[in-house]
Amino acid sequence: MATVTFDHATRVYPGTERPAVDALNLHIEDGEFLVLVGPSGCGKSTSLRMLAGLEDVNAGRILIGDRDVTDVQPKDRDIAMVFQNYALYPHMTVADNMGFALKIAGTPKSEIRQRVEEAAQILDLSQYLDRKPKALSGGQRQRVAMGRAIVRQPQVFLMDEPLSNLDAKLRVQTRTQIASLQRRLGVTTVYVTHDQTEALTMGDRIAVLKDGILQQVGTPRDMYDTPANVFVAGFIGSPAMNIGTFPVLDGYANLGRARVPMARDVLGTLEPDDKNHITVGFRPESLDVVEATTPEAIPVIVNIVEELGSDAFVYGSLTNEFGHADAVHSGAGDAQIIVRVDPRQVPGKGETIWVRIRAGELHLFHAGSGERIG
Amino acid sequence: MSPARQQLQITAASPDPALLDLPWHIPLEHWPAEMLAALPRGISRHIVRFARLSGRVIAIKEIGETVAYREYELLRQLRRLDVPSVEPVGVITGRRSPEGEPLEAVLITQHLQFSLPYRSLFSQSLRPDTATRLIDALAVLLVRLHLVGFYWGDVSLSNTLFRRDAETFAAYLVDAETGDLHERLSVGQRGYDLEVARVNIIGELMDLQAGQFLEEDVDAVAIGDALAERYADLWRALTEVESFGFGDRWRVKARIDRLNDLGFDVGELDITSDLDGTSVRIQPKVVESGHHSRRLMRLTGLDVEENQARRLLNDLDEYRAATDRQAEDESFVAHDWLTEVFEPAVRRVPRELRGKLEPAQIFHELLDHRWFMSEQQNRDVPMKEAAKSYVKHILPNRPDEEAILGLQPGDLRDTVPIPRITDEIASPDES
Ligand SMILES: Nc1ncnc2c1ncn2[C@@H]1O[C@H](COP(=O)(O)OP(=O)(O)O)[C@@H](O)[C@H]1O
Ligand SMILES: Nc1ncnc2c1ncn2[C@@H]1O[C@H](COP(=O)(O)OP(=O)(O)O)[C@@H](O)[C@H]1O
Ligand SMILES: [Mg+2]
Ligand SMILES: [Mg+2]
Repeated sequence: MATVTFDHATRVYPGTERPAVDALNLHIEDGEFLVLVGPSGCGKSTSLRMLAGLEDVNAGRILIGDRDVTDVQPKDRDIAMVFQNYALYPHMTVADNMGFALKIAGTPKSEIRQRVEEAAQILDLSQYLDRKPKALSGGQRQRVAMGRAIVRQPQVFLMDEPLSNLDAKLRVQTRTQIASLQRRLGVTTVYVTHDQTEALTMGDRIAVLKDGILQQVGTPRDMYDTPANVFVAGFIGSPAMNIGTFPVLDGYANLGRARVPMARDVLGTLEPDDKNHITVGFRPESLDVVEATTPEAIPVIVNIVEELGSDAFVYGSLTNEFGHADAVHSGAGDAQIIVRVDPRQVPGKGETIWVRIRAGELHLFHAGSGERIG
Repeated sequence: MSPARQQLQITAASPDPALLDLPWHIPLEHWPAEMLAALPRGISRHIVRFARLSGRVIAIKEIGETVAYREYELLRQLRRLDVPSVEPVGVITGRRSPEGEPLEAVLITQHLQFSLPYRSLFSQSLRPDTATRLIDALAVLLVRLHLVGFYWGDVSLSNTLFRRDAETFAAYLVDAETGDLHERLSVGQRGYDLEVARVNIIGELMDLQAGQFLEEDVDAVAIGDALAERYADLWRALTEVESFGFGDRWRVKARIDRLNDLGFDVGELDITSDLDGTSVRIQPKVVESGHHSRRLMRLTGLDVEENQARRLLNDLDEYRAATDRQAEDESFVAHDWLTEVFEPAVRRVPRELRGKLEPAQIFHELLDHRWFMSEQQNRDVPMKEAAKSYVKHILPNRPDEEAILGLQPGDLRDTVPIPRITDEIASPDES
């Protein structure tokens, strides 16, 4: 059992100028499931490989527990990379398939058997231990492969997009299995994915990276409720948050005809490089559909309705008539917003609906720096 | 519904239209046996099958679409970098069953002719040095991969194919799925590859022992450990900095000779002397394997493995000495050797026996055979006579290695008996 610490850890690939990972500071608690998430190329795999010892650390340090492992060889770090790539040995029993690495390491037979039995218990494989892999289902084979990593009792599990190879259905299933398995084992785990839904559903905490720089780390709830900047706000949540930048006039953010009042302490924080603008974010689920005559209501022309049974989403356009339509973007594109609507009352394509942002569910950011206000 | 409803997308550098005739609407597992070539395979996670296509054999692997494209691209890059690896043919996506069910993408590679999966080479009667020679070959492959910046991620015997190379083996990479090309590898990446290799090799050997294909008393752990040692020796020889006094400059030439001996050419050698000029440091910067095979290729156009080339070049040298033509241009002599010695010898092999071994390997064995005969009969046995005896007594008893057959068609599960290739050096039975 161990904590993991990235202390200003930096990786600059030879022949490049910008660090792939730039002074990463991250402390992972003992037993925690931490997910590194961000768009492709943001430095997730590089961070994980630095922890694994596969990538040189150009500046800063990496610690496992209190031990500085920055210059320690991968095999001496007491970590296990959990492979998606497993091949089971056909002539060995399931027990031997799980325990052979311990045998190589010279672990006494009785201890191997004990650790294998414990792992099998957790993995629900106890009754198969003396069979050959041929007799197992696909899912059970995958669990045997997990068992190989578990019996080694490493300090940390590392997983890099382990589900990317699976089809959508199996991915959702395996996701829950891995998460619950990790909770039962209590082994510190660092998990890399580009998929924010995977991150939200699996992680105790999530660390969002962009361009090699850590944007925010927190619980799924933190990330969803109080994104630290515009990037995190737009990245976390599905469908994505609607985000727009608007001028501030007379204490209001002017969203075309609609006006959203700004609190005085918000106005006080505006900085010169905000140029008297503010970035406003609101999630599709933070909008109420209201009468056309409601003050501050925003008209939305319905382009598509996505019905998901328990939910329905309108993908709509803002009208230029009300100014600044281009200022808004969302998961649906520029000048588009997404609205969650009552699935039993979906509007038709081409209709106009009016929506209002629910009080207290507005996210405000500096137009200049993109940092959260308040 | 007809299978034509699939919207196949074929990505290939030079697509063979015959590819379209294969039953892509059927999961690979259920392909009719008559389409398949029943060749042995290593242990794998994906479904892999061999199929006949336009007179050759291809290997088909069902694998996720993104990974398929990635592996295809990596294999192409490895070929460009001249590292021994299987040749990618293409990727096919958009497969559907007649019921409209989407099927997995496939990566297609050229079946590597005369390649021997390790499971065919190990047998109850394992000669102790077969294991050593396989490990040596894998160590050379790994060093070559690491020199070009390839991190393998899953080094194993299953992911390697072996071809005979005179008395040794040459190793080829077959599975690039977990690999990555880098500008240069870190010490950690190289170390991790070695550790993975060690554990995988030991596991694979233990598996053979569990299946009673390999004797219990073979020390699997020692064989696995040997890889790391061989690798370290070779890596050091190829990359180490060497310092010596200014007077010992012969050591530059000696280093180059040593590398040539190991089968490598030196493309670039760093030489620095310290300020007061009393000592010199040298370090090879660019080394390229294939020293002998390139030389033979230049002289004769023959494209063979490194140690086969070494053997053939030796014979060429003997020919030159025997015909007293040392003063002549080497390429003229080489041409005559090719037409007067090599080709006639290889042509003596009847067509039906040509699938047994590659021509260069046959020539190598012929040289061995002639040596045995000469020893036994205490005279210089002419090549013609040796070839006649070899074709009559030795070659017919060898298995077909161009494409080892031995499994029943249709029975391709990983646990079927593995055809065994014993590794006895052919010895003449006539006296
Ligand atoms: N071996 C490498 N050599 C040079 N640049 C690399 C290498 N690996 C990754 N990069 C670059 O570093 C950045 C981060 O990459 P990576 O860690 O793989 O991101 P992610 O895992 O988030 O997709 C990218 O810009 C990528 O192109
Ligand atoms: N081009 C090829 N030539 C000869 N054998 C091959 C070829 N491709 C695959 N094989 C055999 O199939 C086995 C499995 O292929 P591999 O690519 O390693 O699959 P996996 O990714 O599932 O491990 C290999 O061990 C090898 O024996
Ligand atoms: Mg493989
Ligand atoms: Mg593979």
